[in-house]
Amino acid sequence: MVSRAMVTEAASPRAIFAEHERWRWPETVFWLAALSVVYLFPEYLTLASQVVISGLFALSLDLLLGYTGMASLGHAAFFGLGAYTAGLLGKHGWHEPLSGLVVAGLVAGAVGLVCSLVIARLQSIALLMVTLGIGVMLHEGANQAQSLTGGDDGLQGVDIAPVLGLFDWDIFGRTAFLYALAIAFLCFLAARRLVHSPFGLSLRGIKENTKRVPSLGIKVRSRVIAIFTISAALAGVAGGLLAQTTQFVGLEVLSFDRSAGVLIMLVLGGAGTLYGAFVGAALFMIAKDFLSASDPVYWYFWIGLLLCVVVAFGKGGVVGVTTRAWAAIFRRGGAK
Amino acid sequence: MTTKFALVAAAVLIAGSTAQAAEPPLKIGIVSSYTGPSPMNGRALDQALDFYMKQNGDTVAGRKIELIKRDTGGPAPDLVKRQVQELIVRDKVDLIIGLDYTPNVLAAGPVSTQAKTPILVVNGATAGIIANAPYMARFGFTTGQIAAPLGQWAVKNGIKSTIVMYADYGPGIDAGTFYKRAYTEAGGKIADEVKMPLQNPDFSAYIQRIRDAKPDAVFVFLPSGAQSNAFLKAYKDAGLFDAGVKLLATGDLTDEPSLDAIGDAAVGMITAYHYSDAHDSPLNAAFVKGVKEVGGPDARPDFFSVAGWDAMHAVYDLVKAQNGKLDPDKTMELIKQVKFESPRGPIMIDPETRDIVQNVYIRRVEKRDGHLYNVEIDTIPMVKSPSGR
Repeated sequence: MVSRAMVTEAASPRAIFAEHERWRWPETVFWLAALSVVYLFPEYLTLASQVVISGLFALSLDLLLGYTGMASLGHAAFFGLGAYTAGLLGKHGWHEPLSGLVVAGLVAGAVGLVCSLVIARLQSIALLMVTLGIGVMLHEGANQAQSLTGGDDGLQGVDIAPVLGLFDWDIFGRTAFLYALAIAFLCFLAARRLVHSPFGLSLRGIKENTKRVPSLGIKVRSRVIAIFTISAALAGVAGGLLAQTTQFVGLEVLSFDRSAGVLIMLVLGGAGTLYGAFVGAALFMIAKDFLSASDPVYWYFWIGLLLCVVVAFGKGGVVGVTTRAWAAIFRRGGAK
Repeated sequence: MTTKFALVAAAVLIAGSTAQAAEPPLKIGIVSSYTGPSPMNGRALDQALDFYMKQNGDTVAGRKIELIKRDTGGPAPDLVKRQVQELIVRDKVDLIIGLDYTPNVLAAGPVSTQAKTPILVVNGATAGIIANAPYMARFGFTTGQIAAPLGQWAVKNGIKSTIVMYADYGPGIDAGTFYKRAYTEAGGKIADEVKMPLQNPDFSAYIQRIRDAKPDAVFVFLPSGAQSNAFLKAYKDAGLFDAGVKLLATGDLTDEPSLDAIGDAAVGMITAYHYSDAHDSPLNAAFVKGVKEVGGPDARPDFFSVAGWDAMHAVYDLVKAQNGKLDPDKTMELIKQVKFESPRGPIMIDPETRDIVQNVYIRRVEKRDGHLYNVEIDTIPMVKSPSGR
């Protein structure tokens, strides 16, 4: 295997990309740990499946915020589109889950593509306002389209067939968790491949300096359109997963709270790390679950405190802090 | 000798079984909003349950009652579905009381059916939402149950034309539709129908439409709180009360916790509802007093707490009837026969729909010793809930 030092010396682009993309053992540990939840915490699988779904949603935002440097305050728009697409398919006779999920991703991606034509022209505050606006518009649209979405009451009668025709939805949430985890893992692999490709490198260039990358021959606009579409499609898959595993779609899939929540999870876990999305979702949702069960009335105080501490002292979120600590220990060990 | 031995053995066994009678507690899950847009729901529910258990003891038919509380934080169907699932599979509750917001009820329904766990729904006011959930029964009310009798009452009391105004979302459309249908069927005339955005910053344009149309009355439905307060203020400032235009609404707008906050702008307003803390009965007087004991002198029971009290009362009766057990099927069979006097008046559960049947009262907001009250002026007895919009 090529060592890190040799790669920098040799500076062969192919070798650099290969080194970045190399699968590291902590990653195996991470995914095995996620899988082991089935055996270790069989009574917490419904929570676990919702953590995985939120993690996937945060991952879609990470491609934008963490890798391209584009913040969005309305990403729930695409999550909700995916949820309603999967929900409506399940309600109107298309019960097969996997194909339903693909359609959910395609619909969200298509709308994302249209939105990105405008969004690619915007930066900073204008970008925040327009993404916020898209989210609010879709939310109100779904509220108005009562006959289609059930409006404020929610979409009922969603019926999803067993996964692959074999695994039925059980009350412990075992199928839901394994299904969500498998889909999230596949999406993660795709995202991982993407950010370590030359295309991913160009995105990071856009994040570092939007004005300078065109001089390297990179068309910023087309890259932004591409990544926004991909991100929207991933968010749609996450929404579709939620609709299929809960077999119900409420209006809050499109709410501002969900857009803000996913941003919090990502910042908490660490943007621009891929794993931060899942770690943040797990930390945020488990803390919420634990605190709200132990103190149903005043638990928001502790959530607020947790957020303040992480943002004030933990630059780069949980993953950032862990990586730095790891590197510090490793370097000290190496120097001796 | 053998007989004697058998007797002793039997006695020992019986003694043993009675010693074992300190059975594990009955677990009741409580699912409600303690945070988010309507934290007063959770607070009201807690006060009612605290009072009920103080009044009647925390043990019934030899079983201690243990409450396990969960916060939904508002309308959050995916969270509620999970909480109900976890209460059933992990905490192994025997029954659940609570749920507010229609989407939350709808999301919990399939879990309740799958696990055969009875849920006594205290809120979620859309008609027909528990039809497909055979283990759910509703102890709250439905908007149609309230708005339709108000429409009929208006015609009988000489209100010939109404402008119907409501916030453009599920509950608003529900209220507007039911009022309009009952009112026109009874011979009333709808002067105009106005849908308003859910978050409306300024009502002056809508108030002007009322002035132009000069109806006998306005029927309004808005989410209670900032929206309804702003509307009432604009209504009063425009002099519409003085001009004799009656203001009709469902009691959601003037529920007890928000009544004093609305202030004198609400005086004279006519609402229809199933509960007022000014309801004149010994049972209600004790309830009002009890809620103040557990919640402080400013606490006032409302529609949410009365539903909680009734649900808990039903649970105690159910446990007594089954000698300390809560078998799901037997429980549902018994729930269909529930009929008792509640602080709100007589109630029963409709055996067909598992929805509540109750009196609907027409009330006028009046000021008594410095506080506003919904004073009951008319009663429409034992109204059933409609099956759908």
